[in-house]
Amino acid sequence: MRGEMRHALLVAIVAAIVLAVAPALIGTYTLTLLVIYGMLALSLGLIWGFGGILCFGQAAFFGLGAYTYAIAAINIGESTVPFLLGIAIPFLFAAALGAMMFYGRLSDVYLGVITLVVTLLFFRFMNSTAGPEYVVGTARLGGFNGIPGFQTLNVPGDPSAYIFGDAYYYLTAVALLIVYLLVRWLLASPFGRIAMAIRENELRVELLGYDARARKTLLFSIGGAIAGLAGTLYASWAEIVTPGMFSLGQSAEIIIWCIVGGLGTLVGPVIGAMILAYLKFALGQQSVIDNTLVLGAILILCVLLMPRGVVPTLGSALRRSYRRPQTDGTRRRPGASPAERAHV
Amino acid sequence: MDLAAIFAVEILYAIASLVVISSGLAVVFGMMRVINLAHGEFMMVGGYATIVAVKSGINIYIAMLIVAPIVVGVLGVIVERLIIRRLYGRLVDTMLATWGLSLLLIGLASMIFGNTTTGISPPIPGFAIGQYQVNGYSFFIILAAVAILVAMFAVLAGTRAGLVARGAMQNPAMASALGYNPERVYMLTFFAGSALAGLAGGLFAPLLGLVPTIGSAYIAKAFITVISGGASVIAGLVSSAVLFGATSQIFTLATTPMVGEIALLLIAIVLLRLLPQGITSRFFRGAM
Repeated sequence: MRGEMRHALLVAIVAAIVLAVAPALIGTYTLTLLVIYGMLALSLGLIWGFGGILCFGQAAFFGLGAYTYAIAAINIGESTVPFLLGIAIPFLFAAALGAMMFYGRLSDVYLGVITLVVTLLFFRFMNSTAGPEYVVGTARLGGFNGIPGFQTLNVPGDPSAYIFGDAYYYLTAVALLIVYLLVRWLLASPFGRIAMAIRENELRVELLGYDARARKTLLFSIGGAIAGLAGTLYASWAEIVTPGMFSLGQSAEIIIWCIVGGLGTLVGPVIGAMILAYLKFALGQQSVIDNTLVLGAILILCVLLMPRGVVPTLGSALRRSYRRPQTDGTRRRPGASPAERAHV
Repeated sequence: MDLAAIFAVEILYAIASLVVISSGLAVVFGMMRVINLAHGEFMMVGGYATIVAVKSGINIYIAMLIVAPIVVGVLGVIVERLIIRRLYGRLVDTMLATWGLSLLLIGLASMIFGNTTTGISPPIPGFAIGQYQVNGYSFFIILAAVAILVAMFAVLAGTRAGLVARGAMQNPAMASALGYNPERVYMLTFFAGSALAGLAGGLFAPLLGLVPTIGSAYIAKAFITVISGGASVIAGLVSSAVLFGATSQIFTLATTPMVGEIALLLIAIVLLRLLPQGITSRFFRGAM
């Protein structure tokens, strides 16, 4: 455990240096979004890569966090409580949804359908709330147009001291690093060990006397809370929340980031999200080739050619060039070989 | 009285459209255990094939009933050969790859046709029941749904090809020992499923304005209907289409279409929680 945490700290320090240098290359406004997407990818990378729970609706928690923040910020006017609510509400919602699914013993495909359906429910509902009767406190839900004009993040206790621009970028970057370290610590704890054991063989873990359902529910809720945090930060960055955050496209993108980056790692999804989101941003500036097409092609090619993702594939290629011959790990989807899992 | 007739037609139409939308996916999932998340985009391609054919002077019925299924069927075979074939037995990977395919097709369609709405008008005029106006095309969809179900049953239960297909799905090793090539059977089944998706796309082309992203309007409904139906292809499809179609339409008529849609999704969640293997895991067991 201590070795792992030392490794995690090393990763965090390298990441901190990269994040500190990055503004020299890319504007902080774009970078902030990349960091937020990285955190969102991390949330799915945790529950999918380490818990074996494929959630087709991670966007639901992302959107829920953002909407919670926006609605609470309009009603309260100061950002500290809304910020905490933006994490707590998705956590509680994920706990309820997870309990329903895991205590019902639903498995992969059915889990996928339910999470997908829940996301669609939010999307449809939020899109249809244009009328003046849909209000929470003083906040109108605004339907397709979303909610603009709420209090963005401020220094706790001082509503007029907005955090924006470069400062906001550094805030999100620090948040990402903290989340990464906390998740690493969680995975190194007995809880994390058992969660990974459940991914490998749920029946065996249950026969050893652990309650897999409760652990999966908790892991799922933590994933929801991280996605909610990303949503909260997003809301404050974009200064508007729209139903598009709940769209299937958004959910698809999160999954693509994780696959491209690599499952069974934490850094992989974050890097995948940043690279692909930047690619999308860059592709959005030209009109020769449609960027949905490019994303689709990337997803297909990754599933076919690199089912373990870019980071683990590169990692094992590097390791192989150091010491060969090494037996290649199995090509199972959740998780890479134990050695890589512990170190990336 | 007139109102009751209208309600009955509307409810039947809702059920029929679920059957039409989901039939292709049901064949592919029920027979091959493959979830094709590009199903909605296959329908979108069928819709564009119909519209292009009609605009180049082909009779609308030929375009809907023949051109669209063939175009999409061929597309399906290409996809099966290039992608799906490599992923048999890996359900989640297939879902992800076909999700990628769906994005790719949306991108292609918006590059070719642009992000604008195109459409054709329905070939059957509306008519009046008492003082209410009914869409005549609804009856055509209902008829088509019945025809699709009858044809599926006839092929699966009554023909040699259907027997071989069911056999190869149940036990590929035995089928190949008896001289049938399972690869070929998979390919043809996927062709049939894609062709049904194309047919559905063609049938719905006159009803909705066609945009490249229209697939997402279909896929969720089709996905839910098929999964909730469970393992039996036809019995599952019919039972869940009846349940979902009727409830969502009743809620739509009583309140608004949005409530109808939300009711459908909520029922799906409750149903899957209670019957995680689908309706046909408990009822109509052993039906086809």
